[in-house]
Amino acid sequence: MKPAPFDYVRPDSVAHACELLAADEDARLIAGGQTLVPMLAMRLARPAVLIDIYRLPELSGIRLEGDALVIGATTRQMHAERSKQVADSLPLLARALPWVGHLPTRTRGTVGGSVANADPSAEIPLVAVTLGAQIDITNPDGASSMPADDFFIGPMLTSVMPGDCVTAVRFPIWQQAHVGTGFHEVSARKSDFAFVAAAAQVALDDDGRCIAAALGIGGVGDRAIRLDVDGLIGERADSAKLRDIVAAATTVLEPTSDLHATADYRMRVAVTLGTRALQDAMADARGDARPNSGHHA
Amino acid sequence: MKATLKVNGRTTTIDVEPRKTLLDALRDDLGLVGSHAGCEHGVCGACTVLLDGDPVRSCLIFAVQADGYEITTIEGLAPAPGELSVVQDAFCETHGLQCGYCTPGMILTGHALLQRNPDPSRDDIVDAISGNICRCTGYGQIVEAIEFAADRLRKANAPRDLTGSDANQPHVDPAAATDAPQQGVLEAAEADTPHGGRS
Ligand code: FES
Ligand code: FES
Repeated sequence: MKPAPFDYVRPDSVAHACELLAADEDARLIAGGQTLVPMLAMRLARPAVLIDIYRLPELSGIRLEGDALVIGATTRQMHAERSKQVADSLPLLARALPWVGHLPTRTRGTVGGSVANADPSAEIPLVAVTLGAQIDITNPDGASSMPADDFFIGPMLTSVMPGDCVTAVRFPIWQQAHVGTGFHEVSARKSDFAFVAAAAQVALDDDGRCIAAALGIGGVGDRAIRLDVDGLIGERADSAKLRDIVAAATTVLEPTSDLHATADYRMRVAVTLGTRALQDAMADARGDARPNSGHHA
Repeated sequence: MKATLKVNGRTTTIDVEPRKTLLDALRDDLGLVGSHAGCEHGVCGACTVLLDGDPVRSCLIFAVQADGYEITTIEGLAPAPGELSVVQDAFCETHGLQCGYCTPGMILTGHALLQRNPDPSRDDIVDAISGNICRCTGYGQIVEAIEFAADRLRKANAPRDLTGSDANQPHVDPAAATDAPQQGVLEAAEADTPHGGRS
């Protein structure tokens, strides 16, 4: 057996889970386990207690609340990927989900788990930042919510405090008539960690002019970043300015070099993928044929 | 700690440490050694089993978490002792395996794909097995095996075209009714040719 020994408990409510978590600083939550179990197997993590929240009904499921689609933390990535609600109201998430891990990890991996894990190249945090999602958190003192941009603070680092449990992610739904999305990613192999990922969502008016635009870039810095592309407002899909707007926006990125890609390469790819994602989103919003978004380096 | 597992239709309760993965429990406690231990940290797919019909990595779930699911291992695929499932048989036919280490995971993944999508494109198949590593075959014959199995399964229960005008559809030669073989059973390939290959 590869992991170090631990105790296993399955609490019957979120409140109970938070109590157990707060009572023992060596306790950890487990849900889908697709990141935690490898860490246990390599003994990079050695919790004394695993608190299994995977089957708590209050944490799972997809529901509409006002202008937001609320996805419970332990909703499986596979279920979100197959959900008609997600396809209809969160097309950007629907487009990004097939890029998350592999099917056999999406079967058990959860939406909230990916958010709480905060990998800088992960797709779900990227969509959360791009759309300005809110992350719901419960701890023994009660429930609260914070914007994704404040939640993610660095690689595998979030603002959750000991004893906090992420309970749901609230993705805002754009209500405009013509909304389109684009998603591009470059990685070494299918579903491997992204060197660069770009997620874009735009809304056009009836004349095909942009009235809202969001672009997020993942994998480049220490967390996913939403860029300022408000320069696009009023522009059309064929705008010659598009690439310049993206290039100007990406100057805030702080790319790092590693074994896989240099900072310079990441920067260039970020501009290219960001531009393509926005172009696709514009075309999608106009109802043109669905663009395709696959790339492997 | 007790774990009650329903594997291939049979329910067994075992006593395991919480840190024992489902993979180790299947192999050590239930003797089902068809699920292979490769990396044991979620990157190779050799340990793939089905949980309620969907592929998962059995090295990334602890046995104590696996109660209440219908678990299917490679041992549960064959329709009867000594027989092979259509997907298993297709792997033999197309030489979809060499050392066989990745094979149970590949077959279960292919099986799960065909349950959801009876007519997968080559890309769908490549995508489905993208989480399974094979160090021998180069993948070509594995993709071919799943394509072949899909074709057989689609044709197995399809209404047949009696005219034979569509080469991609299974068809019966109308003469087959009167043309039963005199002795023995026709090879499958022979049976597909007009008059069972006899003029
Ligand atoms: S042994 Fe489970 S994925 Fe490699
Ligand atoms: S047949 Fe040897 S690893 Fe696939």
